Amino acid sequence: MNAIPRHITADAPWSDFVPGRWQSHIDVRDFIQANYSPYDGTGAFLAGPTERTIDLWAKLTALLAEERKKGVLDVSVDKPSSITAHAPGYIDRDGELIVGLQTDAPLKRAIMPNGGLRMVEAGLHAYGFTIDPVVKEIWTKYRKNHNAGVFDAYSTEILAARKSGVITGLPDAYGRGRIIGDYRRVALYGTDRLKADKQREYHELDDAVFNEDTLRLREELCEQMRALGELAEMAASYGFDITQPATTAREAVQWTYFAYLAAVKEQNGAAMSLGRVSTFLDIYFERDIARGLLTEEGAQELIDDLVIKLRIVRFLRTPDYDELFSGDPTWVTESIGGVGEDGRSLVTKSSFRFLQTLVNLGPAPEPNLTVLWSTKLPEGFKDYCAKISIETSSIQYENDDVMRPHWGDDYAIACCVSPMRIGKQMQFFGARANLAKALLYAINGGVDEKSGQVVAEGFTPITDDVLDFDTVVARLDPMLDWLAKTYVKALNAIHYMHDKYAYERIEMALHDRDILRTMACGIAGLSVAADSLSAIKHAKVKVVRNKAGLAVDYVIEGDYPAYGNNDDRADEIAVWLAETFIWKIEAQPHFYRNAKPTQSVLTITSNVVYGKKTGNTPDGRRAGEPFAPGANPMNGRDKKGFIASGASVAKIPYACALDGISWTASATPSALGRLPQERQGNLVACLDAFAAANGHHVNVNVFSRETLLDAMEHPEIYPQLTIRVSGYAVNFVRLTREQQLDVVNRTFHASM
Amino acid sequence: MPMHTPELLQAPQAGLLARLPRSPAPLLEPAVGYLHSVETGAAGDGPGMRFMFFFSGCSFRCLYCHNPDTWKLKAGREIGLDEAVAEVARYASFLRMAGGVTVSGGEPLTQHRFVGELLKRVHDELKLHTAIETQGHLARKVDDDWFDAVDLVLLDIKHSDPATYRRITGCDLAPTLDFAHRLVRLGKPMWLRYVLVPGLTDGADDIARLADFAAGLGPLVKQVDVLPYHRLGMHKWAELGRRYPLVDTAPPTRDQVDAAVRIFRDRGLVAH
Repeated sequence: MNAIPRHITADAPWSDFVPGRWQSHIDVRDFIQANYSPYDGTGAFLAGPTERTIDLWAKLTALLAEERKKGVLDVSVDKPSSITAHAPGYIDRDGELIVGLQTDAPLKRAIMPNGGLRMVEAGLHAYGFTIDPVVKEIWTKYRKNHNAGVFDAYSTEILAARKSGVITGLPDAYGRGRIIGDYRRVALYGTDRLKADKQREYHELDDAVFNEDTLRLREELCEQMRALGELAEMAASYGFDITQPATTAREAVQWTYFAYLAAVKEQNGAAMSLGRVSTFLDIYFERDIARGLLTEEGAQELIDDLVIKLRIVRFLRTPDYDELFSGDPTWVTESIGGVGEDGRSLVTKSSFRFLQTLVNLGPAPEPNLTVLWSTKLPEGFKDYCAKISIETSSIQYENDDVMRPHWGDDYAIACCVSPMRIGKQMQFFGARANLAKALLYAINGGVDEKSGQVVAEGFTPITDDVLDFDTVVARLDPMLDWLAKTYVKALNAIHYMHDKYAYERIEMALHDRDILRTMACGIAGLSVAADSLSAIKHAKVKVVRNKAGLAVDYVIEGDYPAYGNNDDRADEIAVWLAETFIWKIEAQPHFYRNAKPTQSVLTITSNVVYGKKTGNTPDGRRAGEPFAPGANPMNGRDKKGFIASGASVAKIPYACALDGISWTASATPSALGRLPQERQGNLVACLDAFAAANGHHVNVNVFSRETLLDAMEHPEIYPQLTIRVSGYAVNFVRLTREQQLDVVNRTFHASM
Repeated sequence: MPMHTPELLQAPQAGLLARLPRSPAPLLEPAVGYLHSVETGAAGDGPGMRFMFFFSGCSFRCLYCHNPDTWKLKAGREIGLDEAVAEVARYASFLRMAGGVTVSGGEPLTQHRFVGELLKRVHDELKLHTAIETQGHLARKVDDDWFDAVDLVLLDIKHSDPATYRRITGCDLAPTLDFAHRLVRLGKPMWLRYVLVPGLTDGADDIARLADFAAGLGPLVKQVDVLPYHRLGMHKWAELGRRYPLVDTAPPTRDQVDAAVRIFRDRGLVAH
């Protein structure tokens, strides 16, 4: 089944395509713009799963159940992964249309010690495996890893901030991820052409001044060329020659997938996103359908098969890591839809086909299907998105209308909310700083409210019995300066070392040489900090101090307006915090590789851990209680329903958080209407309204609290129950009980 | 608050209404409204997405009430008319596209002066679709032109048998039925709503009687909502120190709801 018959087009992979700049330059966007067919109809044309697809998925379902039981099905312990380390692997060799696995068997995880040996050891240990002594020796004696490098560079202050949790989730022990190779290039050009182009880029630098920047780049370009060679070698082991362009739809899918596969064989990045492939692939589908080589059923089958592969991308991670990012996420984010700079919708039939996999294979957290929403999207597509959202809670929406002016029309989302021009931009992932804790540090003069240790040196505490707004803000200001300084220093160290010890060879081979790098900073605890300041300003907040004089609790007298009710008195404080912190970041003296600093308001599931690490806060939140995720209002404090809640979130200007502003909205089905048709229309209206208000990102969950409670008691009945959490989706039954309760306790907007 | 007069029940004529001595309410009623809460993203209570005003104050004491915290007028917070209009105004462009405003409660007609002014401004100034959810009992207090600012009435009819109606609500059925006829005369579209409570409102004959009445009202009855009884408001009774009367009553099954819906559909009504 794997040998694709070469037919008449084999000699002319580009025949029937509209020619253009894309032929003489590596320019996938130009190819798409010249060749794609916008589709503005409904989902009525879509096909269900074939027998083959159902059988293949059933085979995996059994393995997935076993994996769920054991946590990790199997690990390739003695073979540190690389693009070519593992022999070909199959789920069902004769039944697969698109082939390729990370290791030699499905769900068998690879080890990638370049990111950090400690992570590998801890991950193996947690699931009952032991590290291979040779591997350990190599990465201890002969080969340094990223994690070791970072800790050589960290300052005492960074270590203290990291330990206390005022800065958390830093990619200093694992792969940073959030880099999207332009995997489509392999299908359009073949690896030979791409290698030749890298040669050209390399030789262009022959006469440059050989300073450190040039030398690093020259070495990187050579690594990139090597990686392209290994990619071709890996594909050849599966029986495919990808040195040349794809000639059919099936080859285009296969080539693109091989390129992505090479990346996930070599990097265990926190997020390994796919990009924006659907409309690109659609051009090949349309050509094959026009030539009579492919039916709708066949086209859907190819996408279904690709998505099956994307659903089983796995990395070996530690329980600590899972606490931050729970549910074993990989963020295989695929960005779908959007509108072009010329005003034409970028929705094609294949945009529908990707979403249709949620019907054909059932809901799933991965790939992280992300619709680039615009009020100008065709109505048929909007309706279909809303329908699938309501049925599966597996889609997230990001506002193309606010991103397009910044990033053009060929960007994709990495991870949850981070946009980047494909092949032309990458980011240095920076996790996040805890604004709520920073506020407590401002009150306590840099002393940690939990440990009593000094974390930020050189500050004096506030000694007032009742907190005065102006005093608190005056103390918060230098504390945020300290936080920004410590944070950016940590990120500079991390990314210097990551480039040095765990460089993403294949992903960067699928980029231009000269790219935009962003330093993606982030904040957590926005709603807690904003509500705390609102309480201090609009109510009376008395300080409770312990014997050591440390402020450990707060008594609020009176009411205060809370963020999330479309009340400017509170919302303006949230905006002020977000804007102030990015200004403090931008004021730092140095960003590694001239990165442009950006900011996200996103926590993923780390809102639970951040909450654990933060004491009582002046908004009335108790110590240890989870923060709200992302830019969400605090659970239960948004009392006016989700339109008001979304309106508050939408006030945070995208310009101050170019790396994304995440809002997770959960509604019961009845809150959206009594009848399916009604729910669909209402959800579309809400998404349009949020987009028109310049809201950036929204996760849509539609289910009742009772469903979740039942799933907690009977996980076996809900293996595929998927919920959206702050920028990604998870299998609900794979969350820890603590995280499940956090989700259950989140504000559900229900009809009265 | 005075209850209805018998004359009104028998002759719900505009002329007579105008001659009736007005209740002293206008003098006593404050220039402010008492608002229990608002909800910005609700569906089902009118077409599309609704901005909901839940006003406090209700003279009914329905056994299955899920908002007993709205019974007392002064349980709500005071809100001025401009402030109430401003609450909606910020969502006007969304609501114009997606739905409209629904005034509910409590029984919104308890504060008919304030609510009437509010509806007028929402309807005429903000140009939004307006709906009012009421059990209709107090409609005699307002003139016909009060309804000019109302695009749709969601009329709750708790039961079709006067005795059971009184047992459920503590009030008479007739004013509500009269109000339905008056709406027909005014040409006002309406949705009828019926809460299905097993053992209390699920008798087939009782439902059939209501369905006959609804069908007799003609095409202005745009739809009938059979609302399955739920117990989500039970904790509020406890919080108010009241004993929940239907402690042993379970929500209806899907089949029970479908059976009730069928009775309405059999008479050509749109029901779900």
